Amino acid sequence: MSGPSVLFDLPGPGARRRQRIGTVVGSLVVLGLVALALWRLGTHGQLEPERWAILFDPATGVPQALWQGLLNTLAVAAVGMVLATVLGALLAMGRLSDHGWVRAPVGVVIEFFRAVPLLILILFCLLFLPTVGVPMTAFRALVLGLTLYNMAVLAEIFRAGILSVDRGQREAAFALGMRKTQVMTLVLLPQAVRRMLPVLVAQLVVLLKDSSLGFIVGYVELLRTARSLVEFFNFSYGNRYTFVLYVAAGLIYIVVNLLLSALARYVEARTRRNAKAAAAGEGELPADVQMGGGGGAVPVAR
Amino acid sequence: MQFISDNSDLLWSAWLTTLSLAVASGVCALVLGTVLAGMRVSPVPPLRGLATFYVEVFRNTPLTVVFFFLFFGLVYVDLQFPSRFTTAVAALSLYTASFVSEALRSGINAVPPGQAEAARALGLGFGQTLRTVVLPQAFRTVVPPLGNVWIALAKNTSIAAGFAVTDLTAALQRLANLNADQLLAVFAAVVLGYLVITLPSAWLIRVVENRVAIVR
Repeated sequence: MSGPSVLFDLPGPGARRRQRIGTVVGSLVVLGLVALALWRLGTHGQLEPERWAILFDPATGVPQALWQGLLNTLAVAAVGMVLATVLGALLAMGRLSDHGWVRAPVGVVIEFFRAVPLLILILFCLLFLPTVGVPMTAFRALVLGLTLYNMAVLAEIFRAGILSVDRGQREAAFALGMRKTQVMTLVLLPQAVRRMLPVLVAQLVVLLKDSSLGFIVGYVELLRTARSLVEFFNFSYGNRYTFVLYVAAGLIYIVVNLLLSALARYVEARTRRNAKAAAAGEGELPADVQMGGGGGAVPVAR
Repeated sequence: MQFISDNSDLLWSAWLTTLSLAVASGVCALVLGTVLAGMRVSPVPPLRGLATFYVEVFRNTPLTVVFFFLFFGLVYVDLQFPSRFTTAVAALSLYTASFVSEALRSGINAVPPGQAEAARALGLGFGQTLRTVVLPQAFRTVVPPLGNVWIALAKNTSIAAGFAVTDLTAALQRLANLNADQLLAVFAAVVLGYLVITLPSAWLIRVVENRVAIVR
């Protein structure tokens, strides 16, 4: 928010005093709740320093396991992102094709994969594909599911990007005697990708978030790692380390995603400064896409 | 087809669970998201900070992790939801509320400043300005994004299956184990169950959008 808001007058002395009192009371309530939660944790002995020490003690193997879990998460997200981007670009071109027999089936493919819950897609890859002779692991099923869903989302993003390039660019390229493929690869795509870059990075955050679905299908990503560590420790120590490990896994997710979101904002800010791309205006992902796990059936067209 | 009619009871109750999960979380998320959006534009800085913190945290947490914490983490602060269903509703609402709030905030920003200025000139306070002038217009402009959030929410309910809520996806896993030879039919039936919710919603959103859109 920049400058004074139009929604309210600048608070006068009386209002400022009320706000200060409210702030103090509110903070006390919030602090009280936090203290209550901490106290409850403390009475269960969850805050003992030695419980948290296992997170940083290499001798227990916990830091290595969590690191490996994070790497597995990132591996799925990276492979899925590359495949989804390539396939998404191809689908986008198919959807913009001059030939109806290409456009129609590609449109059906995109709409179908956007309308099905991601978890169902992953389960389909995991349960059905082996019965028709495709060897499947949890990793492949997860990558395939993420790819199928995200390629459809990215196809729509690419399409919107290509359509947002000024019509004159395309006409000028044709006037210079370029062929359809040349116009697309040499003129339209480079400009579209530049505009779509912030959205692409934002989509990486979504994909990374969605990779936590591996927990449900049994891929040993971060969350599943925490769970199996908990089960392992339960064997010898009871549920002594349960809370510690879950909190650690959750925090790692939040930190990694916040970093990626910050990267997305940085890329967006860079693109905004670029005069040519500034014309593209909004680089914001539609909310349904950001939510992950499904996306909307309503087209992204803007 | 034989198998669909054999399991129609299971599928029907699973579909109802999915639908009620989506509707209950949708309503809660709408209320919570509206409050958060109001806080984000409010004149009180701590409220703005609190709402921003909430939205940033929940937008960057995977929904699975939110579920995970509510199901396995809350017991450590001696809290417990009465049932798995309510826990799932809570997880979905908390997560979705941050997206509702973001959508609404963009809608509030899209209301022409003159509206709020006129409201203030008439002597309305912040709450009155927001309730009677700005929010009614904001809601009209954000019908499409809110609709998309709703559709995504309907699909996100499938994650509850991983936490022992007997929704459509859980029915899928169960039927897939029992009818290994008819997997394709199982998947078709379950996907159809989701499409029955999402496709009419998409259509309804377009209708509502056309009816309430403000031409500027």
